[in-house]
Amino acid sequence: MTHSNSHTLDDYADVRSGDKGDTLIVAVFPRINSDINILTKVMTPERVAEHYSPLVRGPVERRVVSSIPGIVFRLPGVLSGGATGSLHLDGHGKTLGYHMLSLPIE
Amino acid sequence: MTSHLGVPCEKTVRIGAGSGFATDRIDPAVALVEGAGLDYLVFECLAERTIASGSARRLNNPEEGFDRLLTRRIRAVLPGARANGTRIVTNAGAANPRAAAQAVARVVTDLGYPDTRVFAVLGDDVLDKVRELDPHIWETNRKLSDHKEELVSANAYIGAESIVEALARGADIVIGGRIADPSLFLAPLIHEYGWAMSDLQHLGRGTMVGHLLECAGQLTGGYYADPITKKVDDLAHLGFPFADVERDGTAQFSKLPATGGLLTVRTCAEQLLYEVDNPHAYLTPDVVADFGAVTFTPTGDNTVRARGASGHARPETLKATLGFRDGWIGEGEISYAGPRAHERANLAAEIVATRLNEVHGLNGECVIEMIGAGDFRSMAPNQLCDRDIRLRVAMVTPTREAAETVGWEIESLYTNGPAGGGGARTTVTERLTIRSCVIPRSAINTRVEEIYA
Repeated sequence: MTHSNSHTLDDYADVRSGDKGDTLIVAVFPRINSDINILTKVMTPERVAEHYSPLVRGPVERRVVSSIPGIVFRLPGVLSGGATGSLHLDGHGKTLGYHMLSLPIE
Repeated sequence: MTSHLGVPCEKTVRIGAGSGFATDRIDPAVALVEGAGLDYLVFECLAERTIASGSARRLNNPEEGFDRLLTRRIRAVLPGARANGTRIVTNAGAANPRAAAQAVARVVTDLGYPDTRVFAVLGDDVLDKVRELDPHIWETNRKLSDHKEELVSANAYIGAESIVEALARGADIVIGGRIADPSLFLAPLIHEYGWAMSDLQHLGRGTMVGHLLECAGQLTGGYYADPITKKVDDLAHLGFPFADVERDGTAQFSKLPATGGLLTVRTCAEQLLYEVDNPHAYLTPDVVADFGAVTFTPTGDNTVRARGASGHARPETLKATLGFRDGWIGEGEISYAGPRAHERANLAAEIVATRLNEVHGLNGECVIEMIGAGDFRSMAPNQLCDRDIRLRVAMVTPTREAAETVGWEIESLYTNGPAGGGGARTTVTERLTIRSCVIPRSAINTRVEEIYA
């Protein structure tokens, strides 16, 4: 993985997002397995919470699955009520997963 | 069947994913049932909201409340299923599994297969029970009885056991309501291999199979595809996946060769972690599955082998999902294009907000979105856009009539608002808010019933 200020997560990983109630769940998959180490270092829960602010309401949780490898982030409150109650066009948050890919990776 | 070494191959059970949600495509299931030699075809058709809206329909008509596409799906796959001995399992009964099974029993008779045995799984409806138990509601942190909104549905997530019972009694088609998605796939494996409900390893592995298949096309390139970073061929003819599951729970996932899509280690990895908030503890009514050591190996063209899932003891309680009538949502949209598109859309939004409040006295929760401006729910800088902007206003109101006012005010912009507003569209929907609680297992009484035309 090269280091440059202009790089974002989009250069290194794929994402898949979904909802569980009012919580957005975003899984991140490095395209090259060995990049899991740098992504784990860079993508702290605090950093991800900041990237999704001001939507996040509560602590972001992170779990690393090294056998895949992938990282799962749990972002509470992001969906403004979830698929059923949300006034937003995309109450499921399906479109919000790709926002993760704009996270700068220095 | 014999292996290349001449010893008899172990039996495998082939399960196909026929749908991943209520309004999924039908033709991929027809292709599977006619060409894949399936032992089982599973239609997963429920989301949290689906069963609540089904309950609302059932209140108006006791014969309704199940998936509206169910009979069309059954009509489409029944000839193939009967010719190949494929049994069908589904949760498309939604809020009314008995009525769903009655409708399906009529379809199988109409189509000339009256010997097809149709079973309903009942007992997930816990509406009366939760009123009696008055559980603590997670989202609001209050007792159920402290809620003013009308409760229209309460359904417990139930597991594989009732489906297993129906299959043991000879069911060709099993129709339930709020059966947990992976349990639909786990049940045939329990039935075929005789896994005990205390056999946590096998239940965990079978649950992983179910979790990977439950969203159908999401395992074969759907929701994965990106034309630049993740190319997938022929999504218009996306093939749905099936799994060959061995007695020890090891599974091989594949799709029909003549179909579009892609099934690789990466499509499997994405689906494994989809909507899983804790990969080490994926809670179902049957088992707490652990995906923390799962590995995928490519074993052929669009074929992947999965192993490494395990399980822990199932939760003591069952999760239940409750639907409340919670007002109405009125929505309206209108577009502006060209120079100052964004400024004109902003002006339009101000006018609508002012009039909803001052003229109509509405002050419910309101969301204004500038679609195309890239403001992305206020996470990205909101830069002025002079290409085109679609203004969307959505508001919660107490009545249907008030909700209609939102769209009315958007349409009024045509002649009373900023220059060049076009393409107004309006919708009104009843807002059903979904909340969750847990109930003791002893509070539910699941049972199976054979249904005749």
